[in-house]
Amino acid sequence: MRRRIMVWLCLTAIIGGSLAFLSSLLKPKYMGRIIEGALIGEYYEETTEHDVIFIGDCEVYENFSPITLWEEYGITSYIRGSAQQLIWQSYYLLEETLKYEKPRVVIFNVLSMKYDKPQKEAYNRMTLDGMKWSLSKVKDIQASMTEDENFIEYVIPLLRYHSRWSELTKEDWKYLFHKDKVSHNGYYMRVDVKPAGTFPKEKKLGNYQFGDNAYEYLDKITKLCKDNDIQLILIKAPSVYPSWYEQWDQQMAEYARKNQIRYINFLDLQEETGIDFQTDTYDGGLHLNLSGAKKASEYLGKLLKEAYQLPDHREDERLAQVWKEKTDFYYQMKAEQEEDLQKYGYIRKFHEE
Amino acid sequence: MLFTSYEFIAFLICVIILYYVLPSRYQWKLLLAASYVFYFVSGWKNCFFILLTTGSTYFLARRIDGLHREQAAYIKEHKKELSKEERKRYKEKIKSRQWRLLLTGLFLNFGVLAVLKYSNFAIANLNFGLSLLGSQRQIGFLSLLLPLGISFYTFITMGYLIDVYRGKYPAEPCIGKLALFVSFFPQLIQGPISRFDQMKETLFSEHSFDSREVSFGLERILWGFFKKLVIADRILTGVTTIIQQPETYNGIYVFVGMMFYALQLYADFTGGIDITIGIAQTLGIKVQENFIRPYFSKNIAEYWRRWHITLGTWFTEYIFYPVSVCQPMLRFSRFCRKHLGDYAGKRMPVYVASLAVWFTTGIWHGASWNFVVWGLLNGIIIILSQECEPLYARFHARFHVAQKRWYAGFQVIRTVLLMSSLRMLDCYRDVPLTFRMFGDMFLHSRVSQLFDGRFMSLGLTVSDYIVLIVGTLILLGASLAGRSGSLREKLASKPAPVRYALLYSLFLCTLLIGAYGVGYDSSQFIYNQF
Repeated sequence: MRRRIMVWLCLTAIIGGSLAFLSSLLKPKYMGRIIEGALIGEYYEETTEHDVIFIGDCEVYENFSPITLWEEYGITSYIRGSAQQLIWQSYYLLEETLKYEKPRVVIFNVLSMKYDKPQKEAYNRMTLDGMKWSLSKVKDIQASMTEDENFIEYVIPLLRYHSRWSELTKEDWKYLFHKDKVSHNGYYMRVDVKPAGTFPKEKKLGNYQFGDNAYEYLDKITKLCKDNDIQLILIKAPSVYPSWYEQWDQQMAEYARKNQIRYINFLDLQEETGIDFQTDTYDGGLHLNLSGAKKASEYLGKLLKEAYQLPDHREDERLAQVWKEKTDFYYQMKAEQEEDLQKYGYIRKFHEE
Repeated sequence: MLFTSYEFIAFLICVIILYYVLPSRYQWKLLLAASYVFYFVSGWKNCFFILLTTGSTYFLARRIDGLHREQAAYIKEHKKELSKEERKRYKEKIKSRQWRLLLTGLFLNFGVLAVLKYSNFAIANLNFGLSLLGSQRQIGFLSLLLPLGISFYTFITMGYLIDVYRGKYPAEPCIGKLALFVSFFPQLIQGPISRFDQMKETLFSEHSFDSREVSFGLERILWGFFKKLVIADRILTGVTTIIQQPETYNGIYVFVGMMFYALQLYADFTGGIDITIGIAQTLGIKVQENFIRPYFSKNIAEYWRRWHITLGTWFTEYIFYPVSVCQPMLRFSRFCRKHLGDYAGKRMPVYVASLAVWFTTGIWHGASWNFVVWGLLNGIIIILSQECEPLYARFHARFHVAQKRWYAGFQVIRTVLLMSSLRMLDCYRDVPLTFRMFGDMFLHSRVSQLFDGRFMSLGLTVSDYIVLIVGTLILLGASLAGRSGSLREKLASKPAPVRYALLYSLFLCTLLIGAYGVGYDSSQFIYNQF
């Protein structure tokens, strides 16, 4: 009997171990050119709380820098954002974040209001795979799945990524058991410059009204913040493309007025922020580079300081120590990217082979 | 709910657990409930048709069987009073009533099948006829629902009704049990076409948990998944690309497509049947085998005795024999004997009955001329090869090749190529195009075409080709090894570490290399649509 039990235990260990190994091997690592899928998971490594939490898509994680907010104002912040993060994903990420900490201010970028339905599986994965398991994640998956997706593939990622066996790279083996840090409190750093050029002509839409589902989740975000005594700020980040229509802007302004929330459209604040789309963007105006993010963050930090009286933590020894490490890493990455730019004319990590 | 879907796997796990946890007297009731859940999930509207078929068959079979018993009782009771003539008349009267009941069942159920499956085919032909006559009038197509597995369960139930009519066995008195026989979920959508007398014992009796049977069943399911996911669904992209772009993929690519389709069809259909038989075995139920290494057949007649066996048996039993001995055929036979001699008189009715069977086989597979022509060509080739039998015998005797291994290999390859050529009618959109592509294969094929870049644009990568080659070799190896006895028996006799390592490797292969999930267009089993 004992031998039988031992055999079964060994079998279970071999099967479980090999499946776990294969699962780790085949999961995308997001350590190369595309790092967006690694952003959400990095949050769980945080050891201190934050005064400000950003939620939203690439327009937050590429346009605002928590390091600048810290350096200039002593504000602690974190960006919980990922590629094409849909509004319900932002809501559930916020819900989850509130289980770990209670920020004073939540800043939500409203671009995702334009999506009323699940969009792309690849983007869902980048947001959802990084989340720790919780009821929020379950609800997030259910809200986000496209027709082709299946919940079980989130529970057992091997079922989703099994087909990667034929496209494994060195990166998959290198990051099998660990991952490098890729963001600066959720901020995606780029120091290169690509001036804004001309964009496709703004398309006329048949209907400018945001969808009911999007509004429902915006209401949920608003309520969640109110219930937790958190100040909510709605922003439209300073990205000139994709288009942010006047009609959309009016809807957000109206929503903010009705709910007594601050709404800031950074597209109208180009003069105040000093953002120059000839020098402050790395991809022709879609997202800001480090220089642009610094300018946007300086403006925002000033506002947060003045309007919300956020404390300056730079004198707090424990926080100062934690943020010193973050700042060092930030300047180290900045220096590496600048060196690459000087040497090669591009940043190797993000350069397509 | 596809067999290869997560939902089905979860459903199956629940059914198996409940099956062995519940008291065994509830087992068949559980299977009935599970079968209807399975069918309901596939489309609740489908349930109406299967209920209609089950209900009508149940009542008609019971009435026919009642008449059998009534007749037996009456004759027994009035044995002494009835003259031979009176007894005969009485029997004829009963037979006539039974015949009318049988016809009602056949017309109703085959009628439903015909209307749902063939109406639009008939309309298309009528429209074509009208246009030939110069008429501008066109009849609109009907938007009809084709219930899942209707061809299979209609054949299953009508086979049962005919058997009861013939007095082969009594009608099932419990409608629930008959409903289970008709709807048994593993075989509902792609067969095998089981017979009631073969199934009733195994399906309705109580089964206690037998670890050997369960593990054999699970192994068979795994093998089916391997065939379907690793081979059939992977090669599907290549097949689809070739047949949907006949102008681009001509010449030798017609041959490539033909062979790809032969592999896909084999892996898909036999994989599905493996899953069906495996599920049944896991539940302690024995379902009849539907394939016996068909691609090892030496001629087409043998191929059809080894491919989709239960369908072939059904057609032989319920169409070929009745057509062969019906009154018009007997008259035709007499006519042939009189005018064409004894040989033709003996052969002609058999051939006519064969062609009737093959026409029906073709149309059963699909409502299009492609399938009709495919069926008739099968019949014609079998008839021709039967007619050429004396020639073959003389050739074999003259050259002493009949026992030679290389000649057997040649016969096998010839049969595979012949069957694959006929299967081209499954692929191309119409009969003229199929024949054009068939001709193109002979007239414009050059080996160099394989290296002109088109081979790598079929939607299959180098790794896909490697998987397909290795997978096909595994299939071939398993088939070869299976000739000398059950593979699973052989596997069971190996030491546990070897056995588990092999099974786990097969599981991992299927899990990792299988074409499923996001990024793959999970396809229906080909035979689901029949």
